[in-house]
Amino acid sequence: MKGKTAILEGSRAVAEAVCACRPEVISVYPITPQTHILENLARFVASGRLKSQFVRADSEFSAASVVYGASATGARAYTASASQGILLMTEVIYAMASTRLPVVMTVVNRTVSHPITIQPDHQDSMSLRDTGALQIHVESLQEAYDAHVQAFRISEDPEVQLPLLVCMDGWVISHSYEPVTIFPEEAVSEFAGTFKPVQKLDPDKPLTYGSYADQDVLMEYRYALMRAQDRAKEKIRSVAAEYREVFGHFDGDLIDTYCTEDAEMVLIAMGSLVSTIRAAIDELRAEGRKVGLVKVRTFRPFPKEELLEACGKVPLVAVLDKSLSVNMGGVLATEVKSAFYGSPNQPIIVPFMAGLGGKDVNRRIIKEIVDIACRKAEQGYRERETVWMGLNYEFFGTEVK
Amino acid sequence: MKKMTMYMEQKEVKELLAPGHRACPGCGCALAVKLILRETGSNTIVVSATGCLETFTSPFMGSSWEVPWIHSLFENSPAIATGVLAALNAKGNPKGTKVVVISGDGGTYDIGMGSLSGMLERKDDILYICYDNEAYMNTGIQGSSATPFGADTTTTPVAGDSFGKMVPKKDLVAIALAHDAPYVATASISDPVELCKKVRKGIETPGPAVLLILTPCNLGWGFDPSETVELARKAVETGIFPIVEFKKGELISVKKIKPVPVEEYLKMQKRYQHLFKDDVFSEVLQAIQKSVDENILKYGLA
Repeated sequence: MKGKTAILEGSRAVAEAVCACRPEVISVYPITPQTHILENLARFVASGRLKSQFVRADSEFSAASVVYGASATGARAYTASASQGILLMTEVIYAMASTRLPVVMTVVNRTVSHPITIQPDHQDSMSLRDTGALQIHVESLQEAYDAHVQAFRISEDPEVQLPLLVCMDGWVISHSYEPVTIFPEEAVSEFAGTFKPVQKLDPDKPLTYGSYADQDVLMEYRYALMRAQDRAKEKIRSVAAEYREVFGHFDGDLIDTYCTEDAEMVLIAMGSLVSTIRAAIDELRAEGRKVGLVKVRTFRPFPKEELLEACGKVPLVAVLDKSLSVNMGGVLATEVKSAFYGSPNQPIIVPFMAGLGGKDVNRRIIKEIVDIACRKAEQGYRERETVWMGLNYEFFGTEVK
Repeated sequence: MKKMTMYMEQKEVKELLAPGHRACPGCGCALAVKLILRETGSNTIVVSATGCLETFTSPFMGSSWEVPWIHSLFENSPAIATGVLAALNAKGNPKGTKVVVISGDGGTYDIGMGSLSGMLERKDDILYICYDNEAYMNTGIQGSSATPFGADTTTTPVAGDSFGKMVPKKDLVAIALAHDAPYVATASISDPVELCKKVRKGIETPGPAVLLILTPCNLGWGFDPSETVELARKAVETGIFPIVEFKKGELISVKKIKPVPVEEYLKMQKRYQHLFKDDVFSEVLQAIQKSVDENILKYGLA
């Protein structure tokens, strides 16, 4: 299907996608850099373009709770947040996933305090890693649009029934302007379908949600979450395949690869950083360096098998992280290492911390990362220490050597 | 009692809080909820915060709720209710289903206060009922901001210079009124007819309604389980728990009393026993009586 290409702000592209999916309840609370999404949606509802219940909440905690109640009552529901807002929502997201309530939520990635800053990294969405919510990380404005159109069907699928977070880097994606192809609203609405809940709060069939339970069932609940995330893998792929058939775009696999076929080294990353890496690889390839890229698109469910397959013959992997598990290094690197553990073709994995709190990661730094990783490999690198890129040691005075 | 019987006979009563729940014997909350559901009827979705009510009605694989019921977390029952209502409205609410919150004082006065404030400000058409047992009973009798002045709890203990809770209880009625809630009332389980009428009015009022019900807790307050209703009645008769009703901010009714000294109410409970054991606490007793007298004057109870 032919879409219309226009220069849009990332937040606007997301709002267009969400609007066309016709959420019945939207509840939001302002936080930078998420606000442009909610402002767009507020205007769509006020002008009558979108018939939806638009609920101003008194906090992110309440915003998440409103969509929780709405989803339990059988309505398609949407919310968005960032940074501290994500942390405040965390308790609700845990309960939402375990209660198996589908909700689509945009995480406009921004780091968390302190020091307070509005710059992007993935610390906020990584804090939701263990909630049971699905996480799709997008690299471009176009992918942000496409992913939101697909998100409701994945989240609401009877085999899945989980909150789905579409994660996009603040500013880099939310506030950039770029040509984005959006598709006719009616066609998108048709693709997104309507939410058909397996069960809901209904006086005709009274059900009890949120029971008190002891040791008999909590493990079983968690196990069911694991299985639901496994099933989501297939759903993410099939919805993406259908999207390609209808609209001609595809960015829907669990991972994406670039120049990996003959690669002697692979970089693994998520989010907008991936676009920069693509450009850096083009330059490296022109210099004759066989470097490839694996983008982790779905952080949950984590693409364990897919990573092994994509990097099975590569001797060296560098993981670029924008979130920190203090004292253990990057969160993505930890997961990647875990995925490779025990594999007969386990590569050397060098973890890099690059871009925390919005610190710039450009093509030059990507190339530097490649050089450092190669050097470490030649030295038979088996250390665990993460390489921190661009750290200003003068900042610490005498404290850190 | 005659009046009550007549009232019940007029209606075909289907109990929507099924028996077999795990409330303590003599639980004021269980009694209140049974009455509330008689009045709401089955075309209602109930939302509750974490607390005694959630624990004793919903052990996994069982439920006492004959109406659709949802518990999510401690601090968000008003926001969950807003979401339920928004979903109903999004679909045109063809059956005219009502949304009622029943949460305790911890979930209302303390941790859920922001969420409740948001619900009231948005003018959501929800009946919010707080069953107030004046402390965190589910976790073992810790003081809440609904715990009254002078009461002994595990976190407002009587020891040294401490005579229990050293500051007065929050005024939920005033808080609700400050939000311009169109219906705000208090009720007692000692007067089921009036309690039910107020539930009805709260439901029928467009926009948010707040109903505060004092629910004595024999475990937390320290009295015999057979005395629950008597305690609730005494709270009303002394004026420590005024029965009032506001419509659009105006006081439209009060339950008139011939005030008996508040000591009669306090003496019935272990949580106040320290005040009678030592003369040094006579000032505390006087302060409690003074605040009760102010209530009586403020609302014209006598």
